[in-house]
Amino acid sequence: MDLFLQLTLAGLAIGSIYSCVALAVVMIYQATDHFNFAQGEMAMFSTYVAWTLVGLGAPVWLAFLLAVGISFLAGVIIERVIVKPVENAPVLNQIIVFIGLLVIFNAVAGWIWEFTIKPFPSLFPEDLGFKSTLIGPHHLGVIALTLGVLALVFAFFRFTRVGLAMRAAAANPDSARLVGISVGWMLALGWGLAASIGAVGGILVAPIVYLEPNMMAGVLLYGFAGALLGGVSSPGGAVLGGLVVGVLENWVGQYVPGGSELKLTFALILIVGVLVFKPAGLFGRVVVRRV
Amino acid sequence: MHIRKLLAAAAATALLAGTAQAADMTGITDTTIKIGNTNPYSGPASVYSTIGKTIAAYFKMVNEMGGIQGRQVDFISLDDGYSPPRTVEQVRKLVEQEQVALLFQTLGTPTNSAIHRYVNAKKVPHLFVATGASKWGQPDKYPWTMGFQPTYDVEGEIYAKYVLENVEDPKIAILFQNDDYGKDYRDGFLRGLGDKADELVVSMLPYEVTDPTVDSQILKMKESGANVFFNITIPKFAAQAIRKSCEIEWKPVHFLNNVSSSVGATLTPAGLDCSKGLITAIYMKDPVDPQWKDDPGFKEWVGFMDKHMPGSDLTDVNYAYGYSVARLMHITLDGCGELSREGIMACAANLKGVQLPMVLPGITVDTAPDDFYPIQAEQLSKFDGERWVAFGGIIDASK
Repeated sequence: MDLFLQLTLAGLAIGSIYSCVALAVVMIYQATDHFNFAQGEMAMFSTYVAWTLVGLGAPVWLAFLLAVGISFLAGVIIERVIVKPVENAPVLNQIIVFIGLLVIFNAVAGWIWEFTIKPFPSLFPEDLGFKSTLIGPHHLGVIALTLGVLALVFAFFRFTRVGLAMRAAAANPDSARLVGISVGWMLALGWGLAASIGAVGGILVAPIVYLEPNMMAGVLLYGFAGALLGGVSSPGGAVLGGLVVGVLENWVGQYVPGGSELKLTFALILIVGVLVFKPAGLFGRVVVRRV
Repeated sequence: MHIRKLLAAAAATALLAGTAQAADMTGITDTTIKIGNTNPYSGPASVYSTIGKTIAAYFKMVNEMGGIQGRQVDFISLDDGYSPPRTVEQVRKLVEQEQVALLFQTLGTPTNSAIHRYVNAKKVPHLFVATGASKWGQPDKYPWTMGFQPTYDVEGEIYAKYVLENVEDPKIAILFQNDDYGKDYRDGFLRGLGDKADELVVSMLPYEVTDPTVDSQILKMKESGANVFFNITIPKFAAQAIRKSCEIEWKPVHFLNNVSSSVGATLTPAGLDCSKGLITAIYMKDPVDPQWKDDPGFKEWVGFMDKHMPGSDLTDVNYAYGYSVARLMHITLDGCGELSREGIMACAANLKGVQLPMVLPGITVDTAPDDFYPIQAEQLSKFDGERWVAFGGIIDASK
C-alpha cells in the first residue's frame, strides 16, 4: 500500500510539471493552431537563467520570480521577432521555425553553461514540520505551487479584461479586431504567458531531474501526451491530462509486467491512440468547419 | 566444376599478389605521421571533449621535443557531436581525404560502432578507442580495432565477485540503461554471479535515456527487499538514483558503475552525504586523492597540465585519462620497428607491462595478437563522503 501511495503521489508531482508544459503548449496551440516544439527548450533556458541568478547570490524565490518575468519578456520578443514574420506561411515553415528554435536553445545553453548536470535548489524548505516517506517536501511543494499557478491563470482569463481580449483574439480573430482588440499583441502576450508557465515547470522539475540542456526532452514528450489526452483546445483538460499521464506512467512502470521498459512506449501509444480515436481529446471541443 | 577450379586459381593468385604487396605506408612519410580522431566537441557528450584537447596538447609537446622517431605528429581531431552518422562522415574524411595512418581514441560506443566495419574493411588501425564496450577486442573478426580501458562487462564481473565473497545472503537489484552499454555491464555482472544469478537477483529494471526520472524504479527496488544495488546509469540518472534511495531511506550495498564515479559530476549534485558508502571500481589515480601528491606519474601529469593546458580544472579525471592514453600511443609508435599500417597494428598487439603515468600502480597495459584488451585490472574503492578510498588489492579479471 505504501508503494502504491508513493507511486501515485510522485506521479501527481511529476504530473503537475507535465501539466505546466501541457498548458504552455495548449496556450500557443489555441492562438496559432500549432504545437510549439521549442516549449521545453525555452523552459530549460529559463531555468538556466534562474540558476545563474541564484549563482549571483539572489535568493531562490527572487530568482524564480525574475526568471518567470524575464521569460515572459523573452516570449513576447520571440513572437514579435521570429514567429510573426512566418505567421501566414505554410504549416511546414512554421514547424521548421519551431524546431529551429528548439535546436538553437539547446545548443546555446550547452555552449554557455556546458553539458554537465547541475544541482538546482528547491523552492521549498527541507523541513515542513512533519516527515513522511510517502512524499518529499519538494514534491508536495510542486503540486501546491502548480495548482496555485493554474488558479491564477484561470482567474486571469476569467476575470480580467486583458484575459477576455486574449480569449476573443484566439476564438475569433476577425471579430476581435473589429471591436478594437490588437490581435497581434494578444498573440505576443500569449507567447509571453506560455513562456512564463513553461519556466515555472522547468524550475520545478530541475531539482528532481537535475539541470542540463537536455532536461526537458522527456518532459516535453509526456507534456504533449498530457495535452493531447486532455484536449489541445482545453486548458483545463491539458492540466488534468498532465496529471493523469504522470500517475499512469508510474502505475504502468509498476503494475504492468515489463512496464519499466514500456513507460516511454506508453506515452507514445497514448499520443497515437488519442489522435486516432478521439482527436479532440477528453475535454476538447470538436472543430467543425464548413467547406 | 571447371568454373570452380578457375575461381580457386584466381583466389590463389589474388592471395599471392596480396602478400607480395608492399606495406601500406598511407599517412606516414620520413618527416610526418598523420593520426585521425573524432571527439564530441559539441552535443550531449561534450563533457568528454577535454580528452581530445588533452591529446592534442600532448602531441604538440611531443612535436616540440622532436616528434616520434624523428617524425612530427599531425593530429587531426574532428567534431562528431556524439552522433553516429556524423562520425561516419568525419571518419571517411579522415581516411579518404586526409589519408591518416591510423585512427586513435575515437570516442563513444554508438559512434565507434558506426565505423567499426568500415575501418576494418579499409584496414586502417583503429586504436585504443575511448569506450568500455566489450566488442572492441575481437581480433579474429575485427583485426584492426582495439580498445583501451577495462571493459564494462569485466567491471560488472568484479562487482559480482565482491558480492559473492562479502555480502551475506545477497538479494540484488539491478538498474541499467537500456542500450549496449547498460547490457554489457549487466551481462558481465550476471556472468560473475554464475549459476546463482537467477536466485540472487530479485529485481532487474531498465530505464531509457529519455525518461525524466528513475524514481519509480528506485521505489520498486526498495519494495523488492534487495540489499545489494548495482547502479548502471550515466551521471544524471546516477545522481537521481543516489538521492532518491537516500530520501526513501533505502540503504543497500550500492555499486556505482565507474562511468558515473566522478565526484564533481555525479556525487556532488547527488549530495556527498547520500553518496557515503558507494562502491566503484577504478583503474586510474584520482587527481583529488592526496596520496598521489608525491607520486612521480602524478607529478609528471601536473607538470604537463601546468605547462601545456594552464587554467584547466585539475579535478576532472578526463585530463588524466587523455594524458595517459596519449602516452600509450606515443610509446606504441616510438618502440615500433616498422612504421606502416600493418606494422603499427602488430606493435599495438605486442605491448607488455606498460605502466602509464595516471593509471594505478600495479595495473599495466598488456596485449597479444589474440588479446586486444589493453587494461583488464581494477581496484575497488569506497566513497567516504569526500573522496574515493581504494581498498583490497588489484583485481585482474584476465586471470
